[in-house]
Amino acid sequence: MAQHNAIGHGDHAERHGSLREYVIGFALSIILTIFPILAVMNHWFGNTATFLVLLITAALQFAVQLLFFMHLREEERPRYKLMTLILGLLIVAVVVYGSIWIMEHNMY
Amino acid sequence: MAHAHHPSFAHEGGHEGHHDLEELRKFGFWIFLITDCILFATLFATYLVLREHTAGGPGAKEIFEMPGVIVETFILLTSSFTSGLAVLALNAGSRKGLLGWLIVTILLGACFIAMEVTEFLKLVSEGHTIHSSAFLSGFFTLVGTHGLHVSLGICWITALIIQLTRHGITPVTQRKVHITSLYWHFLDAVWIFVFTFVYLMGVR
Repeated sequence: MAQHNAIGHGDHAERHGSLREYVIGFALSIILTIFPILAVMNHWFGNTATFLVLLITAALQFAVQLLFFMHLREEERPRYKLMTLILGLLIVAVVVYGSIWIMEHNMY
Repeated sequence: MAHAHHPSFAHEGGHEGHHDLEELRKFGFWIFLITDCILFATLFATYLVLREHTAGGPGAKEIFEMPGVIVETFILLTSSFTSGLAVLALNAGSRKGLLGWLIVTILLGACFIAMEVTEFLKLVSEGHTIHSSAFLSGFFTLVGTHGLHVSLGICWITALIIQLTRHGITPVTQRKVHITSLYWHFLDAVWIFVFTFVYLMGVR
């Protein structure tokens, strides 16, 4: 992969993350896990608002894993990893949302 | 993407062609992870469509016990972090640190699996089996497939630890540490969605 800018200059911290990056990622994931748990357990929000909070915190946690742990940001151009990820997520969205949508209309 | 000559790779991999191949293999593994995402998407879709279909039996609210599941979530989250620390130890060239963090990671993974198996056994002993309803079929298939992935990851990292003690840090074992770590982060990401869409939305 075309990573010669990052690899080879001896800068390991830039290559696969630094301790700081992992600690920030870990702290963020803990916060993003505790918040929805408290929101559900203590009934902070209404039904729809809780659904949205859960959806958003899950998406943010996924982003934290990708950016802080899987180092998606460090990829050099051409960004094949990002492109395959976007294609994958598109298929995931179509399969999941499409199934729910079509079955809503079929079951009643 | 695999450019012919990268002088900068030379001091890392020994010989360049080999190192480029390792990079290509890492990308191949990334594509596998994307296809695994699609596998989980179909299982999520099935579960979400069927979750109200309890065949007169109990629903998510009645049978899920959140305290255990919350502990499982934090265990897996921590193991994702420790597998990252293993990669940091690898970058620092510390074989001892690398082995240590890999062992911590699989121990946390084993705790996660033990808790999940206990949860499943308890459900089955209460008569809530995979045959009970469409909801439970979807539930056991989705959560069980994730558990199977974690179990496989534990076996894989164990094999890698054996390889590392025998051969040390080579371009090949280095690549393997990177892809197992990617795999482990991926499993944590999938669990976030299991926890959110199955458990939290189930008891809400």
